[in-house]
Amino acid sequence: MSTVSETTHDGAVALGDRPAKSPDDGLSPAELAAKYGLAVSGARPSLPDYVRQLWSRRHFIAAYSRARVTAMYTKAGLGQLWQVLTPLMNAGVYYLIFGLLLSTDRGVENYPAFLITGVFIFTFTQQSVLSGTRSVADNLGLIRALHFPRACLPIAFTLIQLQQLLVSMGVLLVVVVLTGEVPTLAWLLLFPALCLQALFNTGLAMAMARVGSKIRDMTQLMPFITRTWLYASGVFYSIDHVVDDAPRWAEIVLDLNPAAIYIDLMRFALMESVNSSTVPTHEWALAAGWAVVMAVFGFVYFWKAEESYGRG
Amino acid sequence: MADDNTGAQGTGDRIPTIIVDDLHIVYRVHGAGSGRGSATAALSRIVRRKASPNIREVHAVKGVTFTAYRGEAIGLIGSNGSGKSTMLKAIAGLLPAERGKVYTDGQPSLLGVNAAMMNDLTGERNVILGGLAMGMTNEQIRAQFDDIVSFSGINDKGDFISLPMRTYSSGMAARLRFSIAAAKSHDVLMIDEALATGDRQFQKRSEERIRQLRREAGTVFLVSHNNRSIRDTCNRVLWLEAGRLVMDGPTEEVVKAYEAKIRGK
Repeated sequence: MSTVSETTHDGAVALGDRPAKSPDDGLSPAELAAKYGLAVSGARPSLPDYVRQLWSRRHFIAAYSRARVTAMYTKAGLGQLWQVLTPLMNAGVYYLIFGLLLSTDRGVENYPAFLITGVFIFTFTQQSVLSGTRSVADNLGLIRALHFPRACLPIAFTLIQLQQLLVSMGVLLVVVVLTGEVPTLAWLLLFPALCLQALFNTGLAMAMARVGSKIRDMTQLMPFITRTWLYASGVFYSIDHVVDDAPRWAEIVLDLNPAAIYIDLMRFALMESVNSSTVPTHEWALAAGWAVVMAVFGFVYFWKAEESYGRG
Repeated sequence: MADDNTGAQGTGDRIPTIIVDDLHIVYRVHGAGSGRGSATAALSRIVRRKASPNIREVHAVKGVTFTAYRGEAIGLIGSNGSGKSTMLKAIAGLLPAERGKVYTDGQPSLLGVNAAMMNDLTGERNVILGGLAMGMTNEQIRAQFDDIVSFSGINDKGDFISLPMRTYSSGMAARLRFSIAAAKSHDVLMIDEALATGDRQFQKRSEERIRQLRREAGTVFLVSHNNRSIRDTCNRVLWLEAGRLVMDGPTEEVVKAYEAKIRGK
């Protein structure tokens, strides 16, 4: 290192347009930086600053997620039509297997609506978690090229899933009407339910983005975890019919499961047969609690490693 | 800041903008192994708690120290893989340092938006997306949109800006990328081999643009293998080899020594 600083000095002299002696000569790099008010590059901003930066990048987040959605289907002949076809075909496959072949509808009224609501709502959470896990690890190129609060990435990927869910919701409403449900004012409840779920998913995606950026194997592991979660969330069957013979702790766990809560609320909003006897009011409180806790935890947890995401 | 130094000793033009203090950068490369290891071998490694050979550490920059001042244009030279681009990324704060520190005045930016752009989208949407990714506002992008497109010359041969970027020739794509990246002015600007893109005509235009950005920016870094463009643009050169600083000084001196070394090989 000493030779290097000598050449630096020689260089400065040889340039000629600089004074040979400077009052800064004796200062250590840190002292020099302090004297001229230089800040450490790539340091993590404070939490309020981070929120401000994130807010100023809201247009980027929106444009990035819109661009990803557009790019997703540009090479398909049917183009954006796949946004509608994909959920439709998903619903068809699940109905074929669970409704017609296995007939798991034991005691559930309007099973097609029950099943498809569950599938779509769970898919939103599942895909948010999966894409969130990969959001940092798969976009290292972007992270190493440009400055932006890294939380933009998991948020943008959750937005993509939200956008796809909204299309699915259109399909869902048609299916629900076709199966004999009558639109009522209660349908408006789907908006608060969706907002809470979106908030929960964003928080979870941010938390998983940090985990996924440090532990590469999460990408392989996550599909199994989300599938287990799927079977525990009452997508194909009514949890109420199962928990009667389950142990007490299992009942509590199943009742607190956020995915099951969001699915319940959506069914409550859309289906006449699901009323306050099956979905007690405290589920709304639970849904809001999960959303706020997960959003705050996910955000802070993600921010804590902000400066290290470029390392890979 | 400038005021308290424009004093008796006439050192007013020596305001440091970047201080790099004993910088070390270590990359962790996943999947670097031969990829032939069997599943049982992987399992036994986990049981014995040995590090996976799939994760290799690359010590790309090994203890570099220098100070850059306002108004300097600094060229970085060295053979491929000597750590030039890595160091720029660390100065920009995009790659965390393993040891050592980088102090900067304002936010240094790499001239490059490649990573934010998507080949399946039209040129138009990429201009907007790239601009937003660099931190421009919607209004700034709208105001500069026509300039960016006409600078890139994409529309010289028909309405290409409304076609997906995957239909562009590599030269056209490079020109559009440069035009977007150069639309924003920066405090500290870092250019990584950007001059070598496009045809001769575009190269001249981009060199002119870089000179203009240099005037607006406090300090400019340029990585290039083209010694001519280093001589044209820079007044100071850092020569890196295998992650270490070999030489630091005025352009002519360092480039000559570098060329002598290459010929000597």
